[in-house]
Amino acid sequence: MLKLATFERGIHPEEVKELTEASPIVKAALPKRVVIPLSQHTGAPAKPEVVIGDLVKRNQLIGSGQGFVSASVHASISGKVIAIGSFPHPSGRMIQSIVIEGDGKDEEMSLKETPDYLNLSADEIKALIKDAGIVGLGGAAFPTNVKLSPPKEKPIDTVILNGAECEPYLTADHRLMLEQPEGIVAGLKIIMKTLGVTKGYIGIENNKPDAIEAMKKAVSSEESAYSLLPTPYSIEVYPLKVKYPQGAEKMLINAIKDREVPSRGLPMDVGVVVQNVGTAFAVYEAVRYGKPLIERIVTVTGRGIKEPKNMMVRIGTLMSELIEQCGGFTDGAVKVIAGGPMMGFAQWSLDIPVLKGTSGILVLTEKDYVSSEEYLPCIRCGNCIDICPMGLNPSMLSILSEKGRYEEAKEYNLFDCFECGSCAYVCPSNRPIVQFMRLAKSMVKP
Amino acid sequence: MVEKKEHELIVSVSPHIKGEESVSRIMWSVNLALLPAFLMSLYYFGPRALLVTLLCIGAAVASEYIIQKSLKKDVTVSDGSAFLTGLLLGMNLPPGVPFYIPIVGSVVAIVITKQLFGGLGYNIFNPALIGRAFLLISWPKAMTIWSESTAAFVGLDAKTTATPLGILKEEGLGKLIEMFGDKINLYTQLFVGNRAGSLGETSVIALLLGAAYLLYRGYITWHIPLSFLATVGVLAWIFGGKSGLFTGDPLIHLLSGGLMLGAFFMATDYVTCPTVRKGQIIFGIGCGAITILIRLKGGFPEGVMFAILLMNCFAPMIDRSVKTKQFGAIKETKK
Repeated sequence: MLKLATFERGIHPEEVKELTEASPIVKAALPKRVVIPLSQHTGAPAKPEVVIGDLVKRNQLIGSGQGFVSASVHASISGKVIAIGSFPHPSGRMIQSIVIEGDGKDEEMSLKETPDYLNLSADEIKALIKDAGIVGLGGAAFPTNVKLSPPKEKPIDTVILNGAECEPYLTADHRLMLEQPEGIVAGLKIIMKTLGVTKGYIGIENNKPDAIEAMKKAVSSEESAYSLLPTPYSIEVYPLKVKYPQGAEKMLINAIKDREVPSRGLPMDVGVVVQNVGTAFAVYEAVRYGKPLIERIVTVTGRGIKEPKNMMVRIGTLMSELIEQCGGFTDGAVKVIAGGPMMGFAQWSLDIPVLKGTSGILVLTEKDYVSSEEYLPCIRCGNCIDICPMGLNPSMLSILSEKGRYEEAKEYNLFDCFECGSCAYVCPSNRPIVQFMRLAKSMVKP
Repeated sequence: MVEKKEHELIVSVSPHIKGEESVSRIMWSVNLALLPAFLMSLYYFGPRALLVTLLCIGAAVASEYIIQKSLKKDVTVSDGSAFLTGLLLGMNLPPGVPFYIPIVGSVVAIVITKQLFGGLGYNIFNPALIGRAFLLISWPKAMTIWSESTAAFVGLDAKTTATPLGILKEEGLGKLIEMFGDKINLYTQLFVGNRAGSLGETSVIALLLGAAYLLYRGYITWHIPLSFLATVGVLAWIFGGKSGLFTGDPLIHLLSGGLMLGAFFMATDYVTCPTVRKGQIIFGIGCGAITILIRLKGGFPEGVMFAILLMNCFAPMIDRSVKTKQFGAIKETKK
């Protein structure tokens, strides 16, 4: 057995994927109402295109992206716009949102299909992706059309699809790879064509051997052998070592291409564009069928959920509805997280919507929950240094931040930290190191 | 409806899961790793070893409890760190010390060296070693009366002798070999620990067993012990001989004194050594060099304690000058 590709350092938390990895994706019930934030992405919020009282159909544009880095939002159900205003957002803030009261009919606005999408130009593809409001589905929700428009001085030679899904508990990408492998490969080819790239990879952690097989099959199958790409092109399914945060862009590129994205730089600085497998599938559906991003797969899981499931969920569905459809809470459920356990956001309310970037709703119980209210001084064991994927000194950074010495923290490459949480995970003193990092970052200019 | 009131949800910063490591788990593991060497001290020095060690531990834990109570701090005696300080101090004392010595040493270690500097995590010096240094300077005689290892009851009338390092310093290697019969027997006895010395320092095999456990668990890494031992070995070989350079006997230096105890269990103290691994190698080399300097040229036969304490001073400076290997470091390019 060859040594699996990976990056230096990192951690291996308990995976707990067995709760949902064998559960096929089921459609969530049509939501009674949806709350669709105008800002679900990195960049400027969308501008509302409807007013209170308007009747809307599924797929209808209700907010259009403004500026270069922005994304449009669409109605995910048919019904009536009953409110436009500030509503709770998974990030913990109040965000301008459009609320649609469903009429239960789920009427759709017809879509413009493009059966001969293979002949589209790069600009036409990007326009379709932009119109569909597609953003990265892995979590950061960066507008996809922007990622596919690198400046000329940054030549791209490689596209990597991210199927690592290194966050514990989450299985949304895993199920998608099993159930829609052809669509993912088609999406990858569209992305490669748009960027004029002939080398594509699909990186998958080795704890998903069935997904690796499914993707390999899809890559080599006749059905997906579109004449889209300039020959010779190659797409390689790349098994990766199971290690967190393998799915972080910089770590993924490092594992597959052995390139290091420079400090404070972007993947395009080393000629790579990374897209989540879910995003690739959404790209395929947008380009081929004209489908806007109005639904996504969400893993509703954790020991605090009675019947964990992978669900196809309309964007804007409130978490309470999904939790109810999964049998509700078990005894001892104490924490609801949007996203995974390492980087997700704890929620203070259940009336908070699923966004384009919400890959999971995780409910932890008293047993899983670890408080960081009480922590000890750093004993300088060095564990965090040994595992930091960015090669930082989190021990020193947390101490400097704790003492208010933020400028000094900057000299220790504070802004390289992408808050993966590995340091806090291994800290024997239970220090909230991620919080210290965020505090320091907010106190100094980058 | 899902019945979960808002006030029932816990909101906190990510990550929401934590590994199983904790300060107390680490500290108790180190205590456990010292068990073999402690048992050997009972075997060689009898019940008195038990008594001295228990006095150290008891005084350390009690003084931590009292000082934390009186400073109105949280009492942390259950984390095992005060216990560890007491245990290490005990292992660093001669078997026949008067009973006030362990108590004074533990109080100095815990109250002055640890708690008055801010408690665990903030102390600059290794508490057990400051405790021992204080005792050695205050009661030089009591702290240098060594009992023979007899594997029998050692009373106040125990036969006293010198440590192998003391003999090496005063009378040379020839005398040492003569005492133990031959060189092989000398090495063997040093390895198993059948010699005069501080309670827990004598048995190399027992200490290595504990060290192997700590290395396996990942609680210590090779960086400090290896660089420390290698430096001692190399410098002893170069400068340790009576008949010129490169004639020294590195094994004698490696197997005797408090080197094994110091290199694996005291120099590796998280709080007082550098955190960056590269810095730890510098630290280890420094410890080794000072140890040999004292052993060969200093007034004391043994230098491990002062070597570690002196290097403790440098740990913060080393940490500031040695950087971790940054991912994506931008190399200075010539323009």
